[in-house]
Amino acid sequence: MMNRNIVYFAVFFAMLVFVGMFQSWTVAFSIFNLCLISAIMALGVNIQWGYAGLFSVGTTGFVALGGVAAVVTSMPPVQEAWTTGGARLLTALVFAGATIVISVLLWKRMTKGRIRGFVVAATLIIGFFIFRYLFDPAVAEIESVNPAAEGYLGGLGLHIIFSWIVGGLFAAGAAWMIGKVALGLRSDYLAIATLGISEIIIAVIKNEDWLTRGVKNVNGIPRPVAYEVDLQQTADFVRAADWLGIDTVLASSLYVKFSYGILFLIVLGLIIWLSELSLNSPWGRMMRAIRDNEEAAAAMGKDVTKRHLQVFVIGSAVCGIAGAMLTSLDGLLTPASYQPLRFTFLIWVMVIVGGSGNNWGAVLGGFIIWFLWIEVEPLGLWIMEWVTSGLEDGSDLKDHLRDSAAHMRLVTMGAILLLVLRFNPKGLIPEK
Amino acid sequence: MDLLNALVVLANFVIIPGIAYGSTLALGALGITLIYGILRFSNFAHGDTMAFGGMFAVLGTWWLQSKGISIAPLPTALLVIPFAIVLMILFLLFCDRTIYRYYRKVKASPIILVMASLGITFIMNGLVRFIIGPGERRFADGTRFLISARDFKAMTGLNEGLAIRLSQVITFVAAIIIVAALFWFLNKTRTGKSMRAFSDNEDLALLSGINPEKVVTIVWVLVAILATVSGTLYGLDKTYKPFTYFMLLLPMFAAAIVGGLGNPVGAIAGGFVIAFSEIFVTYAFKKFFGYILPKDMLPSGIIQIISTDYKFAVSFTILVLVLLFRPTGIFKGQSI
Repeated sequence: MMNRNIVYFAVFFAMLVFVGMFQSWTVAFSIFNLCLISAIMALGVNIQWGYAGLFSVGTTGFVALGGVAAVVTSMPPVQEAWTTGGARLLTALVFAGATIVISVLLWKRMTKGRIRGFVVAATLIIGFFIFRYLFDPAVAEIESVNPAAEGYLGGLGLHIIFSWIVGGLFAAGAAWMIGKVALGLRSDYLAIATLGISEIIIAVIKNEDWLTRGVKNVNGIPRPVAYEVDLQQTADFVRAADWLGIDTVLASSLYVKFSYGILFLIVLGLIIWLSELSLNSPWGRMMRAIRDNEEAAAAMGKDVTKRHLQVFVIGSAVCGIAGAMLTSLDGLLTPASYQPLRFTFLIWVMVIVGGSGNNWGAVLGGFIIWFLWIEVEPLGLWIMEWVTSGLEDGSDLKDHLRDSAAHMRLVTMGAILLLVLRFNPKGLIPEK
Repeated sequence: MDLLNALVVLANFVIIPGIAYGSTLALGALGITLIYGILRFSNFAHGDTMAFGGMFAVLGTWWLQSKGISIAPLPTALLVIPFAIVLMILFLLFCDRTIYRYYRKVKASPIILVMASLGITFIMNGLVRFIIGPGERRFADGTRFLISARDFKAMTGLNEGLAIRLSQVITFVAAIIIVAALFWFLNKTRTGKSMRAFSDNEDLALLSGINPEKVVTIVWVLVAILATVSGTLYGLDKTYKPFTYFMLLLPMFAAAIVGGLGNPVGAIAGGFVIAFSEIFVTYAFKKFFGYILPKDMLPSGIIQIISTDYKFAVSFTILVLVLLFRPTGIFKGQSI
């Protein structure tokens, strides 16, 4: 059994080497880096689905929160924005938080009745208007500070690696709130609620320019590894590249990708190690017992809702970590790129194909599906070229077919998901 | 006079759009709730089913337009809807027979069906984009306005105009007809009654000799009708863009849950609750208050509670409130 798993991974690496030899090594390395990130996201979803049977469609939102974390921890603070509107903005946010906390406390402490509903509603409504009164001018001030390049608060200026942890915390916080509401009810509600929270998180990132510059994107996020330009000017590096007989520019690009790969591998290794430990611990056995028979587990005295919340938060945190890593790999935050198709759905396909419930399966799924996602497009284009080769150039049908080849990726992935779900629901590497 | 003007502003920007949008959401939520009641899973593919039905209507309309056939002043699309419905019925039954039936047979947990519906969502989404493209598609023709703002001003002598688009009226009328027909079907016909029995208690219904496959087939037929009509009318009223239908999923689910999943009356009520809250909360009331309040009391902003970018937050907040305080919905739906 173990041998077959090794063969799967070997085939994947052989495909990667094939791409490296026949396409280019830069492509192979960039595919591999994203494979690593995808594998981490798949591990996160696998923790939710494979361990506990929770169906969340909000991965995109948690990944996007990781991206925000990369910006707010590692970008240098914009001093002017902080001095003009920062204090007022912080007051507004603290006030908003306090209003919510007070409302919750009132709801819990007051005696049940019409008065309680009225008081809580009034607190929330008045609180909302005071919040807007504090918030709106502060935002206007911050966004007017050098809007072409800044117009936002910036970050804390810490090392980018910290943001990976912060991303996990952000996602965990959001997941806790949503889990608190939607868990313990029927199982589809979590799916619907996470769909909602994810769309809201993305709307916030797109529209709150003071935080993320919105659709203007944040460029130049610091890197955890060297810059190509610096490498090309380092005498030692140039000499080493010469000695290996590789062009300096190519060598620098490969070196950067390789360093990212090493960092990501360390994180992936750490997460797999922890996941395997927890899966084989009493906690992991309890989770699987709950997944397989909630009622029996509840009868044994296990608090099902609480465990579900725990596992949902942990899984989301892993997705948040991966999101922050993704943004630090790209070096920029583009809110428009957070599409449910690209993240939520693709990650699900990875988990199902790889083998839900098995960490190595999730990793394998992440590797293979990402590889296909990238490589199917040129393949699809090539097939379309072949299909349309009989048609004359410039005909409408030919143009249409060639333009829409990209959409076939969705169909392909949907079909893969359905086929695996139907004929091989345990995935490539089944749960032990 | 000022009060009348204020009311006209409110009607023009909140009430009439709210009714049209609410009708669409109600039809969509009905489809979701029917599937939930009978097949017992949340159908994530419903938004894209609407897009698919709308696509058939758009293609048919284009074809008729190219032949010069029209039923002006009504939009040509109305002529095409029946044919689009037939195609959708075939398509949905094909999906059911190839995909969902197996999971019913092995009695898979509902969440597996939800996941399968997600897979179908993406296949449909990809096919729609492949066939008709991801961009905006216009297919509306016929008379645009039943009453235009200018006519209204001339008629009443008010400062503010009230525009009623024909597509809004059609949406509302179609919703009423369909809902009435659906309720007649569910409550008066033998098949409808057997469906309700199946929804209430599956085992008992099976014992009384109701054929489950027949019930399922009829559900898909109804869903095809609901989805095609709502998808086409939404496209007619706004504009046809595949992506927007996926985004309708959240408000539609919120509507179905607010009303009580599995409860058709609830789905309609929920549709209007969500639509009106969304429009009310994101509408800028400056003009409205401009007529009511004295000049010096008027605030300087545009008096908008939240920006339209966050309209999902409205459905979401209502959804969360319902989940927190009344998980079965306003009208009792099925909970567990």
